[in-house]
Amino acid sequence: MKKNIATISPGFEDIMPEEYQDLVNDGPYGRGLGIKNLGTFKELIEEHPLCAGCGLALAIRLTAASLPAPEDTIIVGTTGCNSILMPQLAIHNIHSLFGNQSSLAAGLKRALKLRYPDKNKDVVVMAGDGGIADIGLSPTLHTWLRRENLTTIMLDNESYSNTGGQESGMSCEGAVLNMAPTGKKFPKIPMPEIAKDSGCAYVATVSVANARRLGRMVKRAILVAREIGPTYLQIFVPCPTNYKFSTSETLKRAKEREKIMEYISSEAEKLIKEANI
Amino acid sequence: MAISSYRVIPGPESYLSPAAASMGVVLPEKGEALIEGKIVPEEEAIEKITEKLILAKNPFFFPGPLILWAWNEKAIAKAKAVKELAEAAGAKIIPMPDYRPKYPMINPEEEINPNHPNLTIWHNKIDTCVFVGVHCHYANLALKIIRGGTDCYTIALCGQAGHEDAMITLRDIHSEEVQKLTEVVKRAKGGTPQ
Ligand SMILES: Cc1ncc(C[n+]2csc(CCOP(=O)(O)OP(=O)(O)O)c2C)c(N)n1
Ligand code: SF4
Ligand SMILES: [Mg+2]
Repeated sequence: MKKNIATISPGFEDIMPEEYQDLVNDGPYGRGLGIKNLGTFKELIEEHPLCAGCGLALAIRLTAASLPAPEDTIIVGTTGCNSILMPQLAIHNIHSLFGNQSSLAAGLKRALKLRYPDKNKDVVVMAGDGGIADIGLSPTLHTWLRRENLTTIMLDNESYSNTGGQESGMSCEGAVLNMAPTGKKFPKIPMPEIAKDSGCAYVATVSVANARRLGRMVKRAILVAREIGPTYLQIFVPCPTNYKFSTSETLKRAKEREKIMEYISSEAEKLIKEANI
Repeated sequence: MAISSYRVIPGPESYLSPAAASMGVVLPEKGEALIEGKIVPEEEAIEKITEKLILAKNPFFFPGPLILWAWNEKAIAKAKAVKELAEAAGAKIIPMPDYRPKYPMINPEEEINPNHPNLTIWHNKIDTCVFVGVHCHYANLALKIIRGGTDCYTIALCGQAGHEDAMITLRDIHSEEVQKLTEVVKRAKGGTPQ
């Protein structure tokens, strides 16, 4: 049954824009919905200003539709293409100084545990590859090493897309971008391996072309972070604008290069089995 | 403290109008209010608000999330009182349901967004507006943008300490105070409106 999350003050129901009426009457809050329910409920995103064919935009949409408890989730983002869309989600979210997202999220999670000892609040870091693996690598790693109860989701478009296409640590060796004209000189950072070695209890990689699996991984990553410790999900989200391919090819490219991997610690395995996700 | 010579008056003032606080405008104490940046007794501001609402050609109320959402009984009571006040003043209502920076666009006939409130003012040709139930920071942000880009007269009915960036602000306004203001407006209009 739908929880009574938000109620419009009596007398103002007709004055509220349709988007809000729909969110109140038909939103996903408290209903345990997921990818398979898309098209049957009011989504948390109405529209966005990112490029046509943007893989990252689709990944945020799919992630938002997969949150196990959207009404009790806070997303912490940082500078990048994602940060232009994220504040438009009908969900709590905080924009942090570029690279600072994991530090902010760790403080927030600890404060929420103190403030609401009997209530669960999921804190999810969702940011670009530059934000997580380059400028924010140190805070990212330290939240893992400290075993903070956070989910980290990387929207990996293998470039600094928002600033016009510089190579990032996550770009592949040889990648040519607007501002990397001679090609990248070193390989992609092995973030999933680093996450595993740094203490993440759940690590997974997927692409935006694999919606159902992505949805399941989001649910698993958040549940494990809630109960056990840090988790990491890396989503491959091709960027047509900076990799210069047709906007209709995003999913094809995502499929071609998709690497599916799931590491689950034994403790996490038990939890996932019990929760049946 | 030096008295500020800066006046909070209808614009368009400039592309980036300054925060009134940075120009020396200070918040009123209890029982006081601000008119165009000057501290005055509350009664004087109530009179001025009534005059502005009655003389306005196209007045609008912009209720914010503090009263649009039924958080508790107080919010519900204040929302009801605000609706009655808007009706008494013959003003229309456009809500500010939250503060998301919604781009690329909003429907200015349906909502006002604190990050580009001028769009709603321009589109509806609003000459006088009342902010109520908007969190302080976002109220001041929106009020500043309105002063910067429009000639709309701004009024803020604040539940806390008032808004320097409004042309008239009352402070400590809850449902009872809104009801009193409604009575004043009704009296000034010459009886209960039909
Ligand atoms: C402290 C700081 N340094 C640099 C920048 C400039 N900057 C803005 S977005 C960005 C790259 C973002 O890349 P990524 O995290 O991969 O996000 P994307 O845009 O690719 O989604 C950079 C370097 C900034 N905003 N702040
Ligand atoms: S530049 Fe790339 S990642 Fe950024 S919005 Fe456009 S398609 Fe998406
Ligand atoms: Mg990137």
